Amino acid sequence: MKAFTYERANSLAEAAAASAIPGAKIIAGGTNLLDLMKLQVERPAHLVDINRLPLDRIEDTPEGGLRIGAMVRNSDLAADRRVRQRYGVLSRALLAGASAQLRNKATTGGNLLQRTRCYYFYDVTKPCNKRDPGSGCAALGGFNRIHAILGASDQCIAVNPSDMAVAMRALDAQVETVDAENAPRAIPIAEFYRLPGDTPQIETTLRRGEMITAVTLPPPPAGQQVYRKVRDRVSYAFALVSVAAVVDAAGGTIRSARLAFGGLAPEPWRVAPAEERLLGAPASQETFDAVASDVLDGARGHGGNDFKIPLTRRTLRAVLAEATPT
Amino acid sequence: MDENGHRGVRITRRTVLESGTVTAAFLLGGFPRFALSAEESDAEAVTPVSVELRVNGQLHHLALDPRTTLLDALREHLALTGSKKGCDHGQCGACTVLLDGRRINSCLTLAAMHDGEPITTIEGLADGKTLHPLQAAFIEHDGFQCGYCTSGQICSAVGMLSESRSGAPSYVTENLAEAQSGLTDSEIRERMSGNICRCAAYPNILAAIKQASGAPT
Repeated sequence: MKAFTYERANSLAEAAAASAIPGAKIIAGGTNLLDLMKLQVERPAHLVDINRLPLDRIEDTPEGGLRIGAMVRNSDLAADRRVRQRYGVLSRALLAGASAQLRNKATTGGNLLQRTRCYYFYDVTKPCNKRDPGSGCAALGGFNRIHAILGASDQCIAVNPSDMAVAMRALDAQVETVDAENAPRAIPIAEFYRLPGDTPQIETTLRRGEMITAVTLPPPPAGQQVYRKVRDRVSYAFALVSVAAVVDAAGGTIRSARLAFGGLAPEPWRVAPAEERLLGAPASQETFDAVASDVLDGARGHGGNDFKIPLTRRTLRAVLAEATPT
Repeated sequence: MDENGHRGVRITRRTVLESGTVTAAFLLGGFPRFALSAEESDAEAVTPVSVELRVNGQLHHLALDPRTTLLDALREHLALTGSKKGCDHGQCGACTVLLDGRRINSCLTLAAMHDGEPITTIEGLADGKTLHPLQAAFIEHDGFQCGYCTSGQICSAVGMLSESRSGAPSYVTENLAEAQSGLTDSEIRERMSGNICRCAAYPNILAAIKQASGAPT
């Protein structure tokens, strides 16, 4: 680990201002940041600890949704009775991620900002445009079993590793922030992440000194909520493919559907034409196959991850069948 | 050398075993110089942080390199070597301790982040000479082979049972909206998946935890 100075923030304004200084980073749960610092993938000169800030509450909103403080731990969010009863897809996605020990530490804000688990991003002896812009991408011609089939660029094919963010994408969450001047902003999660393009080192639309304070969930959408995760081990592994689905169906007809995917792209992936196809459609194999083709429109394997294309198709079929019981 | 300045300090398991007096001296002296922690290359840049660690009911005042993880503080500064450094990256669970009763990986957090917070390690579980029920159950069921993961497994199981009693669900809990219905084998396996045992003593670890949870084994 490179040397750094440490400060504990006592207020939101103090934290945002301190984090705006070049070289500074906010530390919340620390489970991803410290891992990367040990490998010198991350080398902050200054850490701003926000663990004592009062951002750990989950509150009902007047609209019937929930406002989740940035420092709410993943385990607490997953176990919250309101989340379990009204946002089961989020609870299940959180419980699918990491281990109990990590979930006890990992925070809502930190989870949104966790970095990719691309092997080459982690290996500082290999080129990586995300870690070291302009150095190249070792994953393109290397082992790319876990990499993206959608949304990637010829600069970077890393995937976003979060389960939580996939469920939040399906739920149309909003990310609330403050900047160094304490000005608030609300960012729809659909606009929170950036695709790699030519700048894979920039992963979100957050500005320097802008800090996540909360995530707001709108009232729960109608329908059955499902989160299915396919991975190499039955527990404690990142997704090869995951699907967060909220599907409202009755009498064999689908009234509305939301589908978000993890493990496939540099950001939680959602495809509007796929969801539109489901509106008023019969819950049949033919519908599910057509929807899978919509989702996989433009999908491209890189050798090691070609299997993700049929795997996505099969996983989606199973999820849609589960969410539309006859 | 690692970042805690261990160059030139070579304490092996054998020297410790062969030289109880050395161990005693370290314990009495509280590892004064051993504890100096900074890479020589950037030692001058490091400003120590003052940390009050409350471990197993005892308060310790430490001045630490900010880089010191909670695990390194416990092992290298407080001589509490029960918590193990397996992977040092949050993948194996050998470093599991209880922070305010909740299990965490002590390798993936900084000591400075836990000023004043109550920490329990494997050394703090027994009540005097009476083992914690989970410790006793691990012995009874032979829940280990080499033993390296055991303190992490036991601390993790203590946290797990408390989570389960409080009604926290797991990924395999069928109905999330209902209160959790009990610790089946698959619930215990899922909830303990953050603790790896390379000897694969899993069946016996499961039996030990089931016994301590009050479930029939």
